[in-house]
Amino acid sequence: MTDVLQLFVAGVSIGAIYAMAAIGFVLLWQTSNTINFAQGEFVVLPAFLMVLFWTVFRLPFAAALLATLVVSTLLLGLLVKAVLVERLLKMGVLPLVIATIGLSMLIRYSLQQFWTPLALPFPALFSRAPIRVGEVIFTREELMNVLFAALVIGALQLAIRRTKLGWAMQAVAQNRNLAAVLGINVSRLVGLTFMLNAALTAVAAILVAPVYLVKYDIGIGIGLKAFYAAIIGGFNQIRGALLGGLLVGLVETYSAAYISNQFRDAFALIMLIGVLLLKPEGLWGIKEEWM
Amino acid sequence: MPLLEIRQLSKHFFHLSALSHVSLSVEPGELLGLIGPNGSGKTTLFNCVTGVLRPSRGHVFYQGEDITKLTADAVYHRGISRTFQLIQLFPEMTVLENLLMAAQERTGTLFTRLLRRDETEETDRALKLVEYLGLSGVKDNLAANLSYGQQKLLDFGMALMPDPQVILLDEPMAGVNPTMIKALVTHIQDLNARGYTFVVIEHNMEVVMSLCRRIVVLSQGEKIAEGTPAEIHDNADVMDAYFGS
Amino acid sequence: MRGWRALGLLGGGAILLLFPLFLEQYKLYLASLTLVYLILAIGLNLTLGYAGQISLAHAGFMSFGSYAVAILGPLGVPFEGGIIVGTAIAFLWGLVLGFPALKVKHHYLAMVTLGFNIIVFLVLRNWESLTGGSFGISGIGRPHWGPLRFLSDRAYYYYILGWATLVVASAYWILHSRWGRAFRAIRENEMRAEVVGVSLRNYKLMAFAIGSAYAGIGGALFAPLLTYIDPGAFTLDRSIQFLMMVVMGGLGRFEGPFIGAVVVTLLPELLRASEGFYLIIFSLAVILMMLFMPKGLVAAWDWMVCRLTRRTVSPAHPPPPPEPAAVLEPE
Repeated sequence: MTDVLQLFVAGVSIGAIYAMAAIGFVLLWQTSNTINFAQGEFVVLPAFLMVLFWTVFRLPFAAALLATLVVSTLLLGLLVKAVLVERLLKMGVLPLVIATIGLSMLIRYSLQQFWTPLALPFPALFSRAPIRVGEVIFTREELMNVLFAALVIGALQLAIRRTKLGWAMQAVAQNRNLAAVLGINVSRLVGLTFMLNAALTAVAAILVAPVYLVKYDIGIGIGLKAFYAAIIGGFNQIRGALLGGLLVGLVETYSAAYISNQFRDAFALIMLIGVLLLKPEGLWGIKEEWM
Repeated sequence: MPLLEIRQLSKHFFHLSALSHVSLSVEPGELLGLIGPNGSGKTTLFNCVTGVLRPSRGHVFYQGEDITKLTADAVYHRGISRTFQLIQLFPEMTVLENLLMAAQERTGTLFTRLLRRDETEETDRALKLVEYLGLSGVKDNLAANLSYGQQKLLDFGMALMPDPQVILLDEPMAGVNPTMIKALVTHIQDLNARGYTFVVIEHNMEVVMSLCRRIVVLSQGEKIAEGTPAEIHDNADVMDAYFGS
Repeated sequence: MRGWRALGLLGGGAILLLFPLFLEQYKLYLASLTLVYLILAIGLNLTLGYAGQISLAHAGFMSFGSYAVAILGPLGVPFEGGIIVGTAIAFLWGLVLGFPALKVKHHYLAMVTLGFNIIVFLVLRNWESLTGGSFGISGIGRPHWGPLRFLSDRAYYYYILGWATLVVASAYWILHSRWGRAFRAIRENEMRAEVVGVSLRNYKLMAFAIGSAYAGIGGALFAPLLTYIDPGAFTLDRSIQFLMMVVMGGLGRFEGPFIGAVVVTLLPELLRASEGFYLIIFSLAVILMMLFMPKGLVAAWDWMVCRLTRRTVSPAHPPPPPEPAAVLEPE
């Protein structure tokens, strides 16, 4: 029983990170119909930046964090939007899919070639000393991951519910043409969403880096899990992506512990296929009308 | 028995109601007009009948069969074809290919469509239609390169190609020059006399009043009137709907 | 134009038949590999280019062919038997995978197929008794018809060429039937296609399954070319490589896969760079291509053909049809 609880916390801790990437993914889809196949690399690049600013340039932690956030929102937010999305958006879904696949390869192999093919260590942000609650043992890291993710997601959800920006995002998600008629600057909104996504993945990067180590190819796994999370939970809802992320984290942790470590990646996939067959709009999604 | 019967049909988009509890029936050989101000749900009604949209509530019957839940291709196979307000063609196919495309799925099975190469019968019919519609000169042009009026005619031709029983025309005269309108009216009357059943959405009141013997009026997703052109003309509700009270 | 086409076919055929006589082993291998990729690309072009369904599982389907010949060969099954079994498995799995694909929109299809490829990879790696696990299967035999053996690299090249011709011809035959027209109709205006009676379900399933079956054939020919296969040959990366091949060539164009297969196979050889650098250049090329030549290299090919045959440039591609979305909005 203590195992189950301990694994639960571990699963939620990693799931919360997937959820952040998944939420960004969903936001991009909603406002710009972009399926970002580079979402995993959007997590990896900030992790490398953080290593650069913190351990190479030896900036203080807060400054390094800030620099990472700023640079990634500029690069992965503004630049990607201005160069790729702006032009391809009007051509439909497929060109953007291909372009983001290209982008993911470009980031991944550039990091490998020009930086390092090896895994970089990343200092632990929080102590890994065990915390005992009754008979269950957690680490501070796990708890802080959950806490941080909850804070970020909570703030985001609040912003989307309460601010004009959030209202505009919802309007665009429901009907682009109508939103344009309502006087929403769709292009600027898409840019903002890309920046928001980049900030989200940067936070996810900093939380995930101590767990996974920083290596050029870890983005493949993270990106995939963000996809799974978004689809399992529901593509058109932030809460869906949150639920999906947690579920993927939990399924992965439990199946690795109790069933088969070799097939750990398969169980989230089987869940994904089950959801697609039985409830294609996702567990917590809304059926989309063809309109 | 009516050929096409719509019972209590409703369609919601999110919280917006585009159609609510619309009922109407079309008799065999009829030429029914469907009018109403912009946004009154006429095209949505066509979309629900032809399987392009799934109605939120209500039923559509065709020759007594409930076709509400059929997909668009299955509805087409039953013998209901349509045109579109915003023309829908296959832009990189020629006029002739567009017409052949409109007919090819009406006969045979999936596998005979792969194996049987002969298309003389269909081509003959397409050529006759091209001539009938006055498109002979452009029959090998890509649909995208036609003028607006020609595209409109091709759309109409595609609706006729499978030899359907019911043809739903969505604003066939919109944006078409007066000569072409005359031609189209003649075509419709001619075909109606030959036994084709039509439902026509049209904004040109003059045309509707002269073309149709019965008219249904929609406003804000509801049916507000039904009757002969004369009755509709004198109906106060209809005037309200169009010009506001 | 007809004369030109016949001349091109004859010339191309003569080159394909004769030039391997003068190639050394490695170049012969590259030529054979290009033909195998051509078969795979034709399959994906049918699925994605003509019927508009994205598949990221092409390497997975390919593996069915490869493992079928590798496993059945030692059991005494003739090589062609292995090809048929592998192709049939790929076709059937194509149908199975096509079904959820019908219920979901294209962006989900990318995920489903992507997931399928990963599952196939995991199964290949972990089902050791059948597939040899991560060690793979080596010593895969090449076909022979009685005394006629395709053992040498050159002979096997001709064997592959035979299959490639068969695949090209059958794809041509399919695409010039009513099916081909229905595929084009779906791609040009899906909603309108459905309203002229095209069963999206049937055609999309068929396009998916046939595309997968071609992948099975390509896979079956691929295994004896290398004589060794392991799960690492059938990863998602390879699926993406096929996707790029088709996109680079030109989606939904018959010439597309030819151009794509040649470019993607030969580019790394020409660049002579390390794999990492090649991948960087390749991914940059893909992005630039999407931005500036979204119709693929076939657009350049068209221009060349026009020049050569001194024909006036055919009318520029017409503007896309109005989005179906606009029609379906409540008035």
